[in-house]
Amino acid sequence: MPENKNIIDTLPGDAAKAMYRAMVTIRQFEDTVYYMFLEGKLPGTVHLYQGQEAVAAGVCANLRKEDVIFSTHRADGHAIAKGVSLNACMAELFGRVTGCCKGKGGAMHLGDIDAGMPPAVAIVGGGLPMAAGCGLAFKYRKQDNVSIAFFGDGAANEGAFHETLNMAAVWKLPVIFVCENNLYGASTHVSKVMKVENVADRASAYGIPGVTVDGNNVFEVYRAAGEAVQRARMGGGPTLLECKTYRRGGHSRGDSNLYRDKKEEAEWLAKDPLVLVREKLVTGGIITEEEIKNIEEQVKAEIEKAVKFAEESPFPAKEEIFKDFWAD
Amino acid sequence: MERLTIAQALREGIREEMRRDERVFCIGEDIGVTKGFGGAFTVTLGLSDEFGHERILDTPISETGLVGAAIGAAMMGLRPIADVQYSDFLFCAMDQVINQAPKMRYMSGGKITVPMVLRAPVGATQRGAQHAQSVESYFFHCPGWKIACPSNAYDAKGLLKTAVRDDNPVFIFEHKKLYGAKGIRKVSGSIDASSDIPAEEYLIPFGQAKILREGKDVTILATLRMVYESLRAAEELASKKGISAEVIDPRTLIPFDYDTLYLSVKKTGRLVIVHEDTMTGGWGAEIAARVSADIFDCLDAPVTRVCAPDTPAPFSTPLEEFFVPDKEKIKEAVLKKA
Repeated sequence: MPENKNIIDTLPGDAAKAMYRAMVTIRQFEDTVYYMFLEGKLPGTVHLYQGQEAVAAGVCANLRKEDVIFSTHRADGHAIAKGVSLNACMAELFGRVTGCCKGKGGAMHLGDIDAGMPPAVAIVGGGLPMAAGCGLAFKYRKQDNVSIAFFGDGAANEGAFHETLNMAAVWKLPVIFVCENNLYGASTHVSKVMKVENVADRASAYGIPGVTVDGNNVFEVYRAAGEAVQRARMGGGPTLLECKTYRRGGHSRGDSNLYRDKKEEAEWLAKDPLVLVREKLVTGGIITEEEIKNIEEQVKAEIEKAVKFAEESPFPAKEEIFKDFWAD
Repeated sequence: MERLTIAQALREGIREEMRRDERVFCIGEDIGVTKGFGGAFTVTLGLSDEFGHERILDTPISETGLVGAAIGAAMMGLRPIADVQYSDFLFCAMDQVINQAPKMRYMSGGKITVPMVLRAPVGATQRGAQHAQSVESYFFHCPGWKIACPSNAYDAKGLLKTAVRDDNPVFIFEHKKLYGAKGIRKVSGSIDASSDIPAEEYLIPFGQAKILREGKDVTILATLRMVYESLRAAEELASKKGISAEVIDPRTLIPFDYDTLYLSVKKTGRLVIVHEDTMTGGWGAEIAARVSADIFDCLDAPVTRVCAPDTPAPFSTPLEEFFVPDKEKIKEAVLKKA
């Protein structure tokens, strides 16, 4: 993994603060969501992103609004980091008409194309081919935008992964394939289903750069993603960026992680990306304790506002089922 | 006015749309290779000479990849015409075809459109069970796709141009025996489906069936190659049995022109539905159910279907000939009801 002790010095303070704010927002948003889910206020299921916040924040801090990200069933971290409105995200989780998908998407399909995020794709690996198509459209129009495909270690064993990386490589598409390797596909440890140590090792099979970074270190993610994004914007083609990370919670609702090794779990949970980033920002003199407190309070207020907005929003009327279907 | 085959008419339709709109491009396997095939049945032959390899884009043999790339490009505002070499290969791309393309708009609350065309050749042509299927019904069942099935060159060009301009995902199922492909891509047992194509531009709206032969005793509803078998059956029924059959080609399955069909059945009182796809759960079953529910009082006999049997498509010539519905089976179905 690359040495990054000087990254904070070269990072603009605003970018660092923005990443921190995004991470805090994701963490607090999900604390609230999980609590409400347990209370029975939210329908369906939840796939919490907690523990992986540095990946979404570090990658998206390199992006423009017009760049596009494709997400997964674990979508809210990406949505928040890309700038989908908190109110609209929360309302979508409640199934309300004011949600970012008007209540037709739900937790696993959060997204708002106006913020550069189509509905998240909840079929493992399913977003990758479309991310390549998005990159193809940018290249076709000679725009210097990039397309990001977020996916997990599980998706790296799907056929769509292989087809897409090969295709993106031969066409030199401006796509960054961001693998969030949280070591488990649902309950199955990655070592049981993959013979190579790193997902990024597979990049050589497609003739593209493959990079593995500590996905709990937002500065490392930011720098590696930045290099990949820059290369893609300049016409240098795709990169496979693997971010090693860990879920703090279960795969989905009610999963208490009985299958995880306790030592492994303890080691990773000690590397909380929020704690790490906070320490580095404070010791690096980028941010003061007081600013941190302010950010956390502001975010808390925003999330309370989003919950209120969602709870006060109406459900879609029954006739809505036939709307937004055909484009005529 | 020029006489063109379906392959030529589709090519001219694609050419016109690509000249008209820079967002339109083709993506598929072996479609633009210089000195290559021009797709499995020559539809895109020569187009890369005019439009270059970026707009006639050859892909790896990756159906999931290429269909998904078309969807992603369409979501970003391009208007791809994707194709697979045989419709059987669509099943390699089922996640993209079923879970992604027709759901993106809905899941986005109407913010996204997926204006793409997916062309796929159907029909049994002595290639065995995995290059023979008529797969329309799998996709007929899936909300979100429009489906066109041109039976002649005139319709092929007009429907393709409409498909390219539609903001929804549109399937065009083309029959291998109707293409009129020439040279090494010629299909044995081909049927002449060529048409006089006007020099001036035309489009064919979706959801408008065509009455190919008027009649008063029985309505025969058929698509693609079955249109020709039905017309032959109708001729013989008239000349040998004095039965007047009306033959209707719906041209698009989604949207489906129920009005034209119902008017016809109200007149004839009898309906025979013919498709080359296997019978159980085929699109004919849906039409039969609707007719029975909506205009039961007009029926003088039960709705009957003439379809392939519920088996894989066999290879051996006599078996395949038995598998594919023909004029004899259609006549038999009509006579049983008349």
